[in-house]
Amino acid sequence: MKGSSELKFTKEHEWVRVEGESAVVGITDHAQEALGDVVYLELPEIGDTFEKGDVFGVVESVKTTSDLYAPVGGTVEAVHETLVDNCSLVNEDCYGEGWMVRIKMADPGELGSLMDQEAYEKYLAEEAD
Amino acid sequence: MRFIPATDAEIREMLATVGVEQVSDLFDVIPDQFRLRRPLSLPRALSEWELTRDMAGLARRNEGVEYASFLGAGAYRHVSSVVIDALIARSEFLTAYTPYQPEVSQGTLQAIFEFQGFVCELLGMEVANASVYDAASGLAEACLMADRALRRKARKRVVVSETVHPEYRRVVSTYLEHSGIEVEVVPVGEGGVTDWERLSAAVARGASGVVVQSPNYFGIVEDLRRAREAATEAGGLLIVAVAEPVSLGLLEPPGGFGADIVVAEGQSFGIPLSFGGPYVGLFATRDRYVRSMPGRVAGATVDRAGETGFVLTLATREQHIRREKATSNICTNQALCALAATIHLALLGKRGLEQVARQNLSQATWMKRAVSRLEGFEVPFEGPTFNEFVVRSREVPVADLLERLEARRILAGVPLGTDYPHLEDCWLLTVTETATRSDMERLVSALEEEGRK
Repeated sequence: MKGSSELKFTKEHEWVRVEGESAVVGITDHAQEALGDVVYLELPEIGDTFEKGDVFGVVESVKTTSDLYAPVGGTVEAVHETLVDNCSLVNEDCYGEGWMVRIKMADPGELGSLMDQEAYEKYLAEEAD
Repeated sequence: MRFIPATDAEIREMLATVGVEQVSDLFDVIPDQFRLRRPLSLPRALSEWELTRDMAGLARRNEGVEYASFLGAGAYRHVSSVVIDALIARSEFLTAYTPYQPEVSQGTLQAIFEFQGFVCELLGMEVANASVYDAASGLAEACLMADRALRRKARKRVVVSETVHPEYRRVVSTYLEHSGIEVEVVPVGEGGVTDWERLSAAVARGASGVVVQSPNYFGIVEDLRRAREAATEAGGLLIVAVAEPVSLGLLEPPGGFGADIVVAEGQSFGIPLSFGGPYVGLFATRDRYVRSMPGRVAGATVDRAGETGFVLTLATREQHIRREKATSNICTNQALCALAATIHLALLGKRGLEQVARQNLSQATWMKRAVSRLEGFEVPFEGPTFNEFVVRSREVPVADLLERLEARRILAGVPLGTDYPHLEDCWLLTVTETATRSDMERLVSALEEEGRK
């Protein structure tokens, strides 16, 4: 699977890359594949705060519209604005240019409840059954 | 697509393919004890001749169809062309289902697309949906939409002026009852218009939506600039309802005042009164809120050969995809009525609509002056009105008066006391382009005679 070993994953198919006290968030290859061509993204504003599990945005594809869940709680410090005009990047490069928001974590301890790559892959295999 | 029932031969062929002997075998899953073993308790079927005769007999029992009518209050008698029935009776339109398959529904989809364009132009807005059921439910949807569109800034509260149609307000309350969104009604002010001071106080706590109607229930044109200010103060959306969109043939549309959502009753555009329905709701908003807008939307696109085509779009917001997070539980439109309205507007054109509006205004103005000259009556409100206005009966109770006039085959208007207790000595009198000179003179003489104790 594309991506890298330092990423963490949620059951809702978001990934997290930790950068110091912040978490960069996007959706996984499995998610973009399942969604199909992404046509629209609704992202939060800088300064918005979320708790872990809150809906922070919406991703719309040709066949469905899905909520995006905050993998960790905190304050939004960066939003990938240009992604909204180039949302195909979510399909093409979901772990790189497909990043969506960077959250300044309120409690880095919440990272502990996320899956590492191996656990996520195992989770995907189980889900497929 | 035409609907032609299956022949006996086709039915036998289908049964054979499926592998059963008769149609009743398809219901084998229903346990024996739940099966009806006797004929349904219905009278015997009538022949076409008998049925036509019976229905004609029922129709003859309708009184009031030939009376002079000055009824309004949300449903208006207007002139419409026979062309409308001739076109909507075409089976392609009459029996068409929802155009999910664009490859077989281009006619339906194009008609919806044109309808949406007319609605945008009429209401002065950027995007419209394929229609909702009527203005009342459309207004309820608008209130839900305003809260939804504000997302994290939603206030869970809408403030509604009491000059909005009472039935629209009742439907809004019903829809919002369990939504967690509070509805506050600001009582009607002096002069029969919105009490802007009280509205301002009401929005001080914030609101997702400020709801006004113009012309309002009393026929008076409201100050939409003040409504826009109030909505901005509230941090919410300005929602404007229009019960009589013929008024837009003369008035600046709500879009021109910065309305965020506009809902109108389309019945005035070629839809018969039909004892209350079906009618059609026009619903429009700004581009930035399009993804929060309920209802179907038809869009124009190009196919792979580069030809223009039409499809339903933004479908992922709808019921069948999003369920409880959908923009509405409604997943349909009023296609046939919307089509009738589209044909009506196309026949009138902008100039035609303006002419009709002028006729309404001048007839109603004539009547207003005539009535205010009568002893026993007065026009209590001074605000500018379009085709309806409030009349106060000084001496005779309104119910008695209207009854006496009905005995003279005149339907003089809609009493206001039930919904506005302080106006129980008043009624709403509506004059459209359909009132003849003789009907109007007849009403004035009848009022003169019946208006004194």
